[in-house]
Amino acid sequence: MADPLLTFTDEGIYCPQGDFHIDPWRPVDRALITHGHADHARPGHQSYLATHAAAPVMRHRLGDIRLETIGYGEARVQNGVSVSFHPAGHVPGSAQIRVEHRGEVWVVSGDYKVVNDGLSEPFESLRCHAFISECTFGLPVFKWQPQDEIARQINGWWAENAASGKTTILGAYALGKAQRLLCMLDPAIGPILTHGAVENTNVVLRGQGITLPDTTLVTPDLKRGNHPGAIVLAPPSALGTPWARKFGPASDGLASGWMALRGIRRRRAADRGFVVSDHADWEGLNSAIRNTGAERIFVTHGYTEIFRRWLEEQGYDARIVQTAYEGEAADPAEAPE
Amino acid sequence: MKRFADLFLTLDQTTSTSARVAALATYFATAPEPDRLWTIALLSGRRPKRTVTTTQLRTWAAERAGIPLWLFEESYPIVGDLAETIALILPPPGATTDHSLSHWIDSIRALAPLPEDDRKAAILDAWDSLTPPQRFVFNKLITGGFRMGVSQKLMTRALSRATGIDEAELAHRLMGDWTPDSHSFASLVTAPDPTANLSRPYPFCLAYGLETPPEDLGPPEDWAAEWKWDGIRGQLILRAGEHFLWSRGEELITHSYPEFARAADFLPDGTVIDGELVAWTDGAPLPFNALQKRIGRKSVSAKLLREAPVVLLAYDLLEEGGQDIRALPLEDRTARLRRLIAPLPADAPLRLPPAIAFTDWAELHALRDTSRDNAAEGLMLKRRAAPYREGRRKGDWWKWKIDPLTIDAVMIYAQQGHGRRANLFTDFTFAVRDGDALVPFTKAYSGLTDAEFNKITAWVRQNTLQRFGPVRQVKPHHVFEIAFEGIQESSRHKSGVALRFPRMSRWRHDKPASEANTLDDLKDMLRTYG
Repeated sequence: MADPLLTFTDEGIYCPQGDFHIDPWRPVDRALITHGHADHARPGHQSYLATHAAAPVMRHRLGDIRLETIGYGEARVQNGVSVSFHPAGHVPGSAQIRVEHRGEVWVVSGDYKVVNDGLSEPFESLRCHAFISECTFGLPVFKWQPQDEIARQINGWWAENAASGKTTILGAYALGKAQRLLCMLDPAIGPILTHGAVENTNVVLRGQGITLPDTTLVTPDLKRGNHPGAIVLAPPSALGTPWARKFGPASDGLASGWMALRGIRRRRAADRGFVVSDHADWEGLNSAIRNTGAERIFVTHGYTEIFRRWLEEQGYDARIVQTAYEGEAADPAEAPE
Repeated sequence: MKRFADLFLTLDQTTSTSARVAALATYFATAPEPDRLWTIALLSGRRPKRTVTTTQLRTWAAERAGIPLWLFEESYPIVGDLAETIALILPPPGATTDHSLSHWIDSIRALAPLPEDDRKAAILDAWDSLTPPQRFVFNKLITGGFRMGVSQKLMTRALSRATGIDEAELAHRLMGDWTPDSHSFASLVTAPDPTANLSRPYPFCLAYGLETPPEDLGPPEDWAAEWKWDGIRGQLILRAGEHFLWSRGEELITHSYPEFARAADFLPDGTVIDGELVAWTDGAPLPFNALQKRIGRKSVSAKLLREAPVVLLAYDLLEEGGQDIRALPLEDRTARLRRLIAPLPADAPLRLPPAIAFTDWAELHALRDTSRDNAAEGLMLKRRAAPYREGRRKGDWWKWKIDPLTIDAVMIYAQQGHGRRANLFTDFTFAVRDGDALVPFTKAYSGLTDAEFNKITAWVRQNTLQRFGPVRQVKPHHVFEIAFEGIQESSRHKSGVALRFPRMSRWRHDKPASEANTLDDLKDMLRTYG
């Protein structure tokens, strides 16, 4: 019997026929990258292939790499294997990678969400024989509310803080989540300030033509008093630090899928937790998998054992693949999403 | 329920104590009286009698959500809270209604006599008519364990603010065995009949641990010292020919300790004594595990009464001749107490603890070093001029405990915590070495920082050898120093010992598992300290 189209090695997901890796975690010759988050786009590969829209962030993070870019839906053929990138809806530029050889189709999801966040290219459903899926939130307790509803909650909280003379500090992952939140904010409420880690990504994304609301970078000489009623976007790790305390009276919040769980919310001891994730929720995972029409499902990171058993009961040939992607990070609120 | 669920959300959404008290005070000032009463009850650990089992709740919720039961059971330890798991897993509600908190509590209580099918129908209906936050609160009413980040002290403060009644007075009014059925908001809080509640205890005065040397407390002559006993804090009440015994957890434990039926033969009516319940024979306390056998028993066999007879070591007098004397200085109260107890015969179930005399702090340091020989955990220091205050506060009473015993042990099993510690490995089993084998001897849950729990959680996930339901067997690698207050022989444990108050005092990054302590070391400690 011929090798499967994609195999799982110590380096990562590998295509023997096409001789390339997808999101490898050890240095390889040729790496196809789904998106720029650190656990998927690692340094040290000889050459990289990613979407046009993912490239600027990757260059920003990984420096001078040999990076070739490709448009969504555009096919590359190597040794009879056809490869194409399709929107994953996770962050701007993120892709699922479709691999086809002699009529057999495999898709690697990378990280994905099926709802349209208004910023990332919306998730495209692909038919395939085998689907390699993340399942970060693969439990039926995870159900996301519509983005409008979350925007209403965040803006309501911000307006309330502004009215009572408090600065609002919102912690979110600096690449993707923070920009998605930026687009959800109502600039009529007050000025939007950013932490350096967030602003770095803003600059990169604006540079590639993505429109983001106006922001002001928080620098050491910024007069914080000149920005009453402001909201500050910062990475979660900045909350509760001396940097955050300089804003004086403030209310802080975190935006993460993990905020769905009260225990984690309380442990993080932020005033508010907003359930916003760039990963698919339970229903999203199930519908995405259903829509691929695939019979074989490989789950890579998240609640893999539970989700695999569930898929098997639904009639799939479901397996777990050990990867170095961060589905179960020690402090979930800090994990990239 | 909306008002109560909103209160819950507000309390949940702030980490500021003053904001919590303010939200609660507003609630107490505006909610309907029966709801106020139930809120006080819930926040002081009272709850409606359980009419639906948690197994039924899980089964019905999984069925309603259209998922197999195993999937529900797998989700629960990750969420870390049953009521929350159910609230998250159910499909969105149909038409929601808004009934009061008391309405829902009454409807839960009304389920008791109904057949299971009717109970199920009622619960499913309720779930379908409540928003997710309200469902969570509703489920909590059934499952109990209502923690809203508000201690009884904060609740009392908020109630004081809403009613204008003095906080200490309120704390006293809320003591005892009242229920929302036995009382109205008025009869409990605003206009209580002082003669109506004979069994009502006084709020216990609680001490903080001493963190600085006692020398910092000022002149030694201002302070009285007592042994700190390892027993159960108790309050004995004699009023109107009856006697009542309360534990510090505000549990009425009169019937577990029939020894005190004779108290009325020795002491006058209108007497309330604060002290420590200890198992006692031949003029000395027995180890805590003798007393442990007596805890929670509704009836006590003659054999057990012989083996572990209990006395109250009386150290304070709160009521004399029916008068509340808590405002008197400690010196006066204890003088009165001595007059009351000293003449009692040797077989009376009360006695005065041995007095500790000292003239300078150095002398007291030396005495404290003999605590273990005196079957004590250390010393209590009390300011002679202080009144008997309510609750835990700094200044007048201090615990000055001896250093704990310690042993270095290997972590072998790990389990995830609940509530605030959900999704985090916090509950561990530890072993000592015995040749090549590892013998488990204790569990411990506390003592690490959040950062350390995060770190060990990541490690556990990557170093699991085997799973037994929620328990993971991990690679025997990490060594922790386990601190504990006492060690006793125990036939219930494989290792043959039981520890008192074990906790993790230090993560021994410097020690490999091969250098952890051994079973022989543990047995030596048992011989020395047991």
